[in-house]
Amino acid sequence: MKGPARKPLTGKRLRNLVLNVVTNPFNMIVLISLILLVCLIIIPLLQMIQTTFTLAQSELRRVNGKVGDFTLYYWKQLFASNLSSALLWQPLRNSLLIGIITSAISVPLGALLAWLMVRSDLPCKDFIGMLIIIPYMIPSWCKSMSWLAVFRNERSGTPGFLQGLGLPIPDWLAYGPIAIILVMTLHYYAFSYIMVSSSLRSVNSELEEMGEIQGANKLQILRYITLPLVTPAILSATIMTLSKSVGSFGVAANLGMRIGYFTLATKMHDAINNRQAGLGYAMALLLIIMASGTIFANQRVVGTRKSYETVGGKGTRRTPMSLGKAKIPLLVFLAVFLLLAMVVPMLILVMETFQVSTGRGYGWDNLTLYNWIGEVDPNSRTNHTPGIFRNPVFINALWNTIKLTIISSVITAFSGQFLGYISSRGRGKWYGKTTEQLVFVPYLMPSIAFSAIYLSMWSVPHLKGIVPSLYGTFTVLVLTSVVKHFPFASRAGTANMLQIGVELEEAADIAGASFWRRMGSIVIPLAKQGFISGFMLVFISIAKELDLIILLITPKNRTLSYLAYTYNKDALPQMADAVSVCVLVFVLLSYWIAYKFFGADIGKSWG
Amino acid sequence: MSKIELINIDKFYGDNHVLKNINLVIEDGDFMTLLGPSGCGKTTTLRVIAGLEKPQNGRMLIDGREVINCDDAYYEEPSKRGLNLVFQSYALWPHMTVYKNVAFGLKIKKLPAQEIDERVMNALRLMRIHELCDRYPNELSGGQQQRVAIARAIASNPKLLLLDEPLSNLDAKLRIDMRSELKRLHNEMGTTIIYVTHDQVEALTMSTKIALFKEGSLAQVAPPMELYMNPIDLQAADFIGNPRINFIQATGRLENGRLYVDSDLGSYVFEKEHFTNEPIPEGQFSCVIGLRPEQVIIEEQPSPGAIEAKVYASMPAGSETLVTLVVDKQELLAKQIGLADYHINQTVYLNIDPNKMNIYDEKSTRLIKLAV
Repeated sequence: MKGPARKPLTGKRLRNLVLNVVTNPFNMIVLISLILLVCLIIIPLLQMIQTTFTLAQSELRRVNGKVGDFTLYYWKQLFASNLSSALLWQPLRNSLLIGIITSAISVPLGALLAWLMVRSDLPCKDFIGMLIIIPYMIPSWCKSMSWLAVFRNERSGTPGFLQGLGLPIPDWLAYGPIAIILVMTLHYYAFSYIMVSSSLRSVNSELEEMGEIQGANKLQILRYITLPLVTPAILSATIMTLSKSVGSFGVAANLGMRIGYFTLATKMHDAINNRQAGLGYAMALLLIIMASGTIFANQRVVGTRKSYETVGGKGTRRTPMSLGKAKIPLLVFLAVFLLLAMVVPMLILVMETFQVSTGRGYGWDNLTLYNWIGEVDPNSRTNHTPGIFRNPVFINALWNTIKLTIISSVITAFSGQFLGYISSRGRGKWYGKTTEQLVFVPYLMPSIAFSAIYLSMWSVPHLKGIVPSLYGTFTVLVLTSVVKHFPFASRAGTANMLQIGVELEEAADIAGASFWRRMGSIVIPLAKQGFISGFMLVFISIAKELDLIILLITPKNRTLSYLAYTYNKDALPQMADAVSVCVLVFVLLSYWIAYKFFGADIGKSWG
Repeated sequence: MSKIELINIDKFYGDNHVLKNINLVIEDGDFMTLLGPSGCGKTTTLRVIAGLEKPQNGRMLIDGREVINCDDAYYEEPSKRGLNLVFQSYALWPHMTVYKNVAFGLKIKKLPAQEIDERVMNALRLMRIHELCDRYPNELSGGQQQRVAIARAIASNPKLLLLDEPLSNLDAKLRIDMRSELKRLHNEMGTTIIYVTHDQVEALTMSTKIALFKEGSLAQVAPPMELYMNPIDLQAADFIGNPRINFIQATGRLENGRLYVDSDLGSYVFEKEHFTNEPIPEGQFSCVIGLRPEQVIIEEQPSPGAIEAKVYASMPAGSETLVTLVVDKQELLAKQIGLADYHINQTVYLNIDPNKMNIYDEKSTRLIKLAV
């Protein structure tokens, strides 16, 4: 079939065509959004790619040429120089190793827990289920702090809990790949748990009961019915875990740098900090390619199989599977796991903030409130840092964190609803698809690589100074946090807007309401609930962010996460712990508020 | 009160041609039903009239005033066309009370508060839901929501009321109640109504005229009984009528201005005065007899001219009885009013009035002889 024939363009037709587009505010909003998205996402990416091919001032003593010349220097240095092994191959190997092993452990663990929680008759399911997802609320770098609190050895100057008990802790356990993998596993298992359990919940238990009627035993039902149905979710979880852990910075930095164990992300951070920006950006590009490669692979592999939506209108009644004799051992296993993985490390982390010197036990002589409220003794030669609540640096960081979190999440949530409105109303139209795709791009980039892009974009002024250099400003932190969270916010916005039927708006249109009136009287009042829960999830995610802003932070606008990271690097573990505890309390409190008052679901957060 | 003219309307979604050269005139005061199976373009036509869709070709006039002119890319805004629409999903705003839902459009028109109140209460009273005005839509039953949606549409005194499958979400009993309600409403307000449905009973019982759609084109526009008596082609005949019409294979031959038809039921001769304007092929040709089930009258005793048949199955349903019969190899459905009981394989005699038969040319599928 053929589309409509072209019509001759008369003056009247042209005038009406232009009027039709211009007098519709929706068109204008789409136009402005698309321009902004291109400026905030595509141009910075291109700019960074360009930088990796452009000679910079710092390389002039090593390379012939002048600033701004085209060069392959950075890429050559990365791939084909005697430094390649140290710069690229070794860190890449480490990243992949960490990513693969982390996924290999955390996904089966998460899937098993999910099955136990959703389908089995394990006692105290509600309580355990809540404990299981708490790790996902705790920022991963906080977990590395508590790992250090337990396993630190004399290499850090201050011993950790076990070393204090007289157990010699070797470097390979305290720092490096094993530590990183275990800490990441304790973070990402919850991610798999969330994905697999929501998929399991959608499996109609009648499907399993039918297997039982056919004479299959429990193991056969699990193997031939349940598992194939949740395979897409498990695959997705694996690939997402891989992509996230390969690009993650905070944990790898806290636990690896002390012994010179680098991943691609930490090496990149190192390169940029050492004024080798071109090199760092090239590494950031590799990180982006790796992460987006896995995500595309996910869509290819899982996208086609996701069609097993097994949700039915009725029959979602679930009869739990009896665990029989395995019930008690499994319960004990879970209790021990949660105790060792979460409760004990967190307790040691908190206790460390009250210790005079770490690793010396909890006797009265070793307990102090100094780290919280102590004042600097002018006679002391060693201690220049007051307790955090008296430390202007901390107060400033706290204020910055609150400011950054509130401003960014408000902007993000609003933009998310707008973008969601455009994608939902533009379903199947070119602008809807374009918006959806543009908005998705930041999702493909590991946080630290994304901040590298913004670093390269905003460290110089543009358009002859009309757009100033934003490096070192608070604005660039806001901008980064906002754009990086676009994918999540706009997905939440789209889901929210799809709930508001187009017909509700059309009815108002026929009644004579203008676009803005429709927005004000129909769309916004109906979007409120979804808006608030989306807002809270973005809010929390920004509050705990470290990877995303670490490259952009300057002393003036430090945040709490960054402060904890610095204190840890400067061998001030108690202070670092105290700051971590503050972040922890802030985040958990926000979750509680979000859940209790706004019905936000942590399962929807992208952490 | 207005007259709607659609002239050569074409609508494409991408390369998909969904409305093909629609020409339709809806007279002032008509209750026009757009009827057809799903996906035939009837809702799209309604949305074009409402102004929610922009066609690519054609023009539309309301009372002679141009509201669509595709050559000039001119499309008048929906709110300026003086019409209102009831959506299939009702599209009631869930965050507004019944009263506010109905008052919204009037507030936008900036009518004085007192007039708004009067009009809202009038509309609600007309739909007999004025005591529900402080409720929210989710506190109402489906039938009540339906009434609110209609009240909202008529409160603005539209010259043209559009209804998009408004009864399809109601249960069978309510649907019948609402049918008479709508018919009364049309009578009291005198507004032109355009009504979209795939339910032929709704179409036949309520409309003054039916426009039958087929794959994006108009197949036939006629008053309901005319459409029922003489569907214009085999597809229309098949679509209209429940239980469906009997089709009987036959051969026809035109001789001396008369049509001779031979079939398993027997041989018939039809006079020229009942022919349609369709061309009748020369010589022998295949044709199809269309015969409504209620035109097959069953008698237990033989009589002159009656056709012998065997009962294949008998399906009493209280007020009527459907009987499947076999004449030679030809299966035939009969509908008899009231309770009747035939046993399987019983021999019966059929009394059929040839004047009530429709004759279709099998090749062109068009109606060549009218039922009278």
